[in-house]
Amino acid sequence: MLEISDLHVKLEAEDKPILKGVNLTVRAGTVHAIMGPNGSGKSTLSYVLAGRDGYEVTGGTAMLAGQDLLAMEPEERASAGLFLAFQYPVEIPGVGNMTFLRTAVNAQRKARGEADLSAGDFLKLVREKARTLKIDADMLKRPVNVGFSGGEKKRNEILQMAMLEPKMCILDETDSGLDVDAMKLVSDGVNALRDAGRAFLVITHYQRLLDHIHPDVVHIMADGRIVKTGGPELALEVEKNGYADILAEAV
Amino acid sequence: MPVPEVKFDALAARIAGLEFARSGWLGAARVDALARLGAMGLPTKRDEYWRYTDPADLIAAQAPRAASFDAEDEPPVFDGIDRLRIVFVDGVFDPALSDDLSLAGVEIEHLSQAGQTDIHWAREVYGVLETRGQTPVQRPLAALNTAFASDGVLIRATGRAARPVALIYLHRSETSDVILHHCVKIESGAELTLLESGPAAARFTKVMEVDVAAGGRFHHIRAQGRDHERRAATHLFARLGPESLLKSFTLTANGVLTRNDVVIELLGDDGVAHIAGAAVGDGTFHHDDTVFITHAGLRCESRQVFKKVLKNGAVGVFQGKILVKPGAQKTDGYQISQSLLLDGDSQFLAKPELEIYADDVKCSHGSTSGAIDEVALFYLRSRGVPDAAAKSLLVLAFLAETIAEIDDESIAADIRLRLQNWLERHEH
Repeated sequence: MLEISDLHVKLEAEDKPILKGVNLTVRAGTVHAIMGPNGSGKSTLSYVLAGRDGYEVTGGTAMLAGQDLLAMEPEERASAGLFLAFQYPVEIPGVGNMTFLRTAVNAQRKARGEADLSAGDFLKLVREKARTLKIDADMLKRPVNVGFSGGEKKRNEILQMAMLEPKMCILDETDSGLDVDAMKLVSDGVNALRDAGRAFLVITHYQRLLDHIHPDVVHIMADGRIVKTGGPELALEVEKNGYADILAEAV
Repeated sequence: MPVPEVKFDALAARIAGLEFARSGWLGAARVDALARLGAMGLPTKRDEYWRYTDPADLIAAQAPRAASFDAEDEPPVFDGIDRLRIVFVDGVFDPALSDDLSLAGVEIEHLSQAGQTDIHWAREVYGVLETRGQTPVQRPLAALNTAFASDGVLIRATGRAARPVALIYLHRSETSDVILHHCVKIESGAELTLLESGPAAARFTKVMEVDVAAGGRFHHIRAQGRDHERRAATHLFARLGPESLLKSFTLTANGVLTRNDVVIELLGDDGVAHIAGAAVGDGTFHHDDTVFITHAGLRCESRQVFKKVLKNGAVGVFQGKILVKPGAQKTDGYQISQSLLLDGDSQFLAKPELEIYADDVKCSHGSTSGAIDEVALFYLRSRGVPDAAAKSLLVLAFLAETIAEIDDESIAADIRLRLQNWLERHEH
């Protein structure tokens, strides 16, 4: 599904490299987790994959189901099936959440040559998905993320994911700012989307999210590279001993 | 202080070709207005409230030429709204294009006819509110209008109007120079929605005086037309009685020069006045909102909400003032003026003013100028919304607070559609 090969990235404004040769293959139907200390390049990786401005790819490739991600505009990546759940979901005053969702769903359908979802069908779908995430009618009516609590914002990200049905989901520290109950809601939302045709890349600092969303593969990222890859037990090791041992071993 | 000679030379040239009718009560009002105008002279760029907008084209003896413009790509604004239509073509009333002027709850007359009668309610309004609005800031173009208006409508609402009244201005002649003056009286407990649309003329000088009695409600929504080259100087003078309401929204898309003056007096207690404007300009576009709201009654609420979207060298001006008179306690005044600059060439000039002589009031004002929020833009694009559509969504979101001042949802939807279409035509 996602094939990243020797990816090098620096900030556009500075000469400092951030990603220094990332190699990662995520197959359909699997959940990969990336863990790592602050500043290791985890969030940069997610932004570069989604197409955010301000980064310059100096080498390597990133392919999504055979398509060259790095050559595409952010909206094209989305229509091709990529979804990034933001660490800090953006507030957009003046744009209703429902309008936002509908515009996004129909824009992607249009890009794929499908007809618009009718207002009735859309409403039915969004209500059903919102209910399972405990997102009430009021949250759907309010401007996108404006005045939402941390947990509400993250649930709103998962609602977007559920509506857009992407093939490749990247979750950037979706657990940050969540209490135990919200973490469970969000995880249930993610788990409900797991299927053989879909892949997940879960970026997190902590093991606790992985108690709810069980990964098939765990990667440790440090200083712009993936330094270790293992099974779910690797996350437990980090939780118990911290990163220091693993990093020392990797060097 | 002596008025500079240049003002009078300009004035003599400006009014030389205009017809001056002295008969009836209207004639008397015109004579008074001419005296006011004579004392003031015409505005120049040196005047405090004309520093950001050069009045040259508005005061020139001849109106600058302006090609008329047929918008074939969209139906006329408010077409879908059930309304009573009053059509002026280059400032001349067109009975063939207009509806019958009878409407339950409303009396409508022409200024040119009513001005000849002995007794008329408009005697207490015509030129009267304009005169009140000359202090503390002089508005010579309004006095000129009162003195020389060729026509206008007098609308008196005595009950709840059965449907909106629409003034439709059509611009056909490249040299038309039109002066219209309307008076509106909302009697106690009455309610009226007035729509205005179109550019009216190559140059349009307009005054509307609105007197809202106790408990009256007046809704005003206008779209100033898409003609690229037209110029306009408009004035809205309003006086609000106790527990009355006035809401005015203006959409300005295109036009090389627009100056919209609004002067509101909240005289009774518990009055509400909301003035909003959305302006979108691309290229040669200069748009000026100059607003003066006076709080004299207790517990009155006023809002000024003005937003401008500017690109390719377009210029936006906002001069807004809230004056709270002694004793106008519990005033709630709000003023916001913002611009969204879509490139580095455009300019927004804002002068917010508060002058408060009461000690138990709540007044806030803010003014900002900024570009499209890149983070929000990326967020939308990352969800699959194409760049241009995402920008349009953000521009409409920026303007949403102004459109929220329109109570009627079908009218608001029409305005939203106009903006959407404008954004598509002027894609970033």
